[in-house]
Amino acid sequence: MEKSEVITGCKVVIIGGSAGSLNALMQILPEIPKIKDFAMVIVLHRKSTDDQTLEDLISLKSNVPLKTVEDKTPLVPGFVYVAPSNYHLLFEKNDFLALDTSEKINFSRPSIDVSFESAAEIYGESLVGILLSGSNTDGTAGLQAIQAHGGTLVVQNPLAAEMPFMPNNAILYTEPHFVLHNHEILKLIISINSPND
Amino acid sequence: MIEDIELETLINDVYEYYGFDFGSYSRASLKRRVNRLFHLDGFTHFHEFLSRVRYDPEYYKRMVDEITVNVTEMFRDPSFYRVLRNEILPLLGTKPFIRLWHAGCSTGEEVYSMAIMLKEAGLLHKSLIYATDINASVLETAKKGIFPLRMMKEYSENYRDAGGQEDFSNYYIANYGIAKFNEELAEKMVYSQHNLVSDTSFNEFDLILCRNVLIYFDNDLQKRVINLFDESLAVLGFLALGTKETIKYSISPTKYKQFEKEKIWRKVK
Repeated sequence: MEKSEVITGCKVVIIGGSAGSLNALMQILPEIPKIKDFAMVIVLHRKSTDDQTLEDLISLKSNVPLKTVEDKTPLVPGFVYVAPSNYHLLFEKNDFLALDTSEKINFSRPSIDVSFESAAEIYGESLVGILLSGSNTDGTAGLQAIQAHGGTLVVQNPLAAEMPFMPNNAILYTEPHFVLHNHEILKLIISINSPND
Repeated sequence: MIEDIELETLINDVYEYYGFDFGSYSRASLKRRVNRLFHLDGFTHFHEFLSRVRYDPEYYKRMVDEITVNVTEMFRDPSFYRVLRNEILPLLGTKPFIRLWHAGCSTGEEVYSMAIMLKEAGLLHKSLIYATDINASVLETAKKGIFPLRMMKEYSENYRDAGGQEDFSNYYIANYGIAKFNEELAEKMVYSQHNLVSDTSFNEFDLILCRNVLIYFDNDLQKRVINLFDESLAVLGFLALGTKETIKYSISPTKYKQFEKEKIWRKVK
């Protein structure tokens, strides 16, 4: 763990998860009071025919206001964004989100790897990537990209994950700065960019 | 991953050597596609890839085919098709003749979806569906009406969710892993190559569908393409886009009226 306990200079926190991650997210997200100077992006595996149910749920539970992702939606600090079903979510320069319907990656669209890799390229050291529960290898290559670009890697403690395979796989193939239980992930997110708190 | 500067060099070279302008394509997706092809074809240095594109027109064609996204499905977003079936087709049905344009039709799954709905509405006989794409090889697939059999379970669910009442398997013959769709459906389809970046309007239509194509373009090109659709659309005609796309940054809002919450707009003047 080379990074200090408090993360500064963060522009984007990106959270990826698959099976079992929604429960973890619902333990963390409603407890976050507000986020000031970074945006939060959530990429969960979801059914391709899923409509807005995930967006509605997050919007209901989260104090951080949600902005619905459409083509070229601007990424603004202080808001939470959710990757829509049946699209890959990508990041453009100048803080725009972009969508893509290309092939599924790791049997998934949205794929966590695709979004993590794209965010890593644009946000480099100012990116925090958090990988939650799942029973798929998606996310590991994405965390590797975040690592290569100098970002911060956070993995849910496999003991706390309903499906430990995804976090375990990430721990095996990356060097996470933090391996945390849900309440620790929450504490970490709240402390981001607030070195004096 | 290839470098930004390499991607820009490729875009410039393609424009210089072949006159095709990828300059208005969204970079994040384009970069992923080029990167994918670069590795797929076993290149190790970008300059090798670049000179292959420059001097081998066949390889250039392959590159265009591979970097444009050709993933599509039948009745993608069933709720969209349900609105088409229940709300839009009855309005179009009052016309003596219906002209449709699928812009960026890829391998044709959505074109066959439309033909099935037109047939069930009793409108196929008086319809003509123009289906275009920049990519010539996907059009060859589309013309054949042959899709992977393994997709049929999902497609038949989409079809039912979109309000379909028939036995979906009556529309194709299954054979050795493929599903060959009835030729009757293809009788009213006309396929041709068309480039939204550089080609002009070629007819007047009552319904234009261009779903999940604009997401690959920047705002300027989106504006140009929406204006091309506007020129190609009859008054009271409909424009349908992908579920995450909009015309609102591209054209005067007084000219088009959005159809409920769907990504369907009616040209009102």
